[in-house]
Amino acid sequence: MAERVRVKALMPPGHVRAPAYLRGKTGVIERRLGTFGNPEQLAYGHKAGKKHLLRVRFTMAELWGEGAEAPDDTVDAEIYEHWLEEA
Amino acid sequence: MPHDHHDHLSPSGHPFRPDNDSPLTYWQQMEIAVRELLIEKGVMTPAEIAAQIDAMDARNPANGAAVVARAWVDLDFKARLLADAAAASREMGFDIGPLNLIAVENTERVHNLIVCTLCSCYPRNLLGLPPDWYKTREYRSRAVREPRTVLREFGVELSDDMQVRVHDSTADMRYIVLPARPAGTADLTEAQLAELVTRDSMIGTGLPRNAL
Amino acid sequence: MKGRLKLSLMSDIDGRRWHDMGGQPAGDIPMEGHDFALWEKRVDALMVLCGGKGLFTVDGLRRALEDMGEEAFEKHSYYERWIASVNQNLIEAGTYTLEELALKMQEVAERGPSYAEAQTDG
Repeated sequence: MAERVRVKALMPPGHVRAPAYLRGKTGVIERRLGTFGNPEQLAYGHKAGKKHLLRVRFTMAELWGEGAEAPDDTVDAEIYEHWLEEA
Repeated sequence: MPHDHHDHLSPSGHPFRPDNDSPLTYWQQMEIAVRELLIEKGVMTPAEIAAQIDAMDARNPANGAAVVARAWVDLDFKARLLADAAAASREMGFDIGPLNLIAVENTERVHNLIVCTLCSCYPRNLLGLPPDWYKTREYRSRAVREPRTVLREFGVELSDDMQVRVHDSTADMRYIVLPARPAGTADLTEAQLAELVTRDSMIGTGLPRNAL
Repeated sequence: MKGRLKLSLMSDIDGRRWHDMGGQPAGDIPMEGHDFALWEKRVDALMVLCGGKGLFTVDGLRRALEDMGEEAFEKHSYYERWIASVNQNLIEAGTYTLEELALKMQEVAERGPSYAEAQTDG
């Protein structure tokens, strides 16, 4: 996967762990964490497929634009692979 | 009949704990019922529940402070902590269960702050249960948008040339901040250094105490 | 006109769920804390043990908490919501039935008016 990734701008109604404020935003992969059970299946009591989990770093400028408190500050978050696309 | 006297004794002859003596709430009623059903069904035993409560009570910020102090005095340990904070904590003998832990290091240029915007994920298996403010709408909402303003509310002033890195605990990892060792502590022992490490300094909403 | 109508409908429901709070406007952080009561520690222990025994996952706990909605978050305390979610997940897992729960809750209430008296072990 490319080093620069975008969180998919999807809005399904159920239990997901990709925060809304990051959807549609582009960041860089900070590290790869290995695979974990997909919470979107575990949350409903189903057997879960394994998904790669990645830490992605976003700048405040990317997240909040002109309104950023300090544009070069960052937010890191763990995002599952199926929520990421190449940017 | 409500028991409103402080000296009221339970059938066992011991005083009621203050939190046990108020009128039974709906949720407490549910807790007792769920617990007893789990025991009757053979899912768990009262001893397991008591042991789990004891294990959680034994987890507290002093455990994290010991890890931080070790990293301040032992650079090899610090390298292992930054590579795998869970393994390093286990190496010190702490029972942290299945915790996946990442340590993030504060430096002269970088300040780290931990939050969980989706719920209240916290490195509970090392530091114990989180403070109430960590679970509030206010902290969860604002930490990723205006961390410097949030830090100011906690009494932490950062200069403009410092970078703030916020870590949103969105999935399977938990985080602990490795605060920078305070100046003027060269003569302190590891145990004395651990005394300087506050809970909030390991979440990033505080700094270590200064040495006296 | 058609496009504009669609846009305004879209903005009514942006898809963000109530618990997904990152970046939302909010006031000063309340700093007061409290010590955990025995019943709260028990709720915590039940969750950890149920998870360890594979009855349900922390994701299931969160899912039921989210589905309770924002009003429950504002109205009920942290462990009040947790025991409701633990119970919801155990019902779904088939660990006990609603009938068993109803009878047990009635039995508990009949033991006495305080938390201590409502225990079988006093």
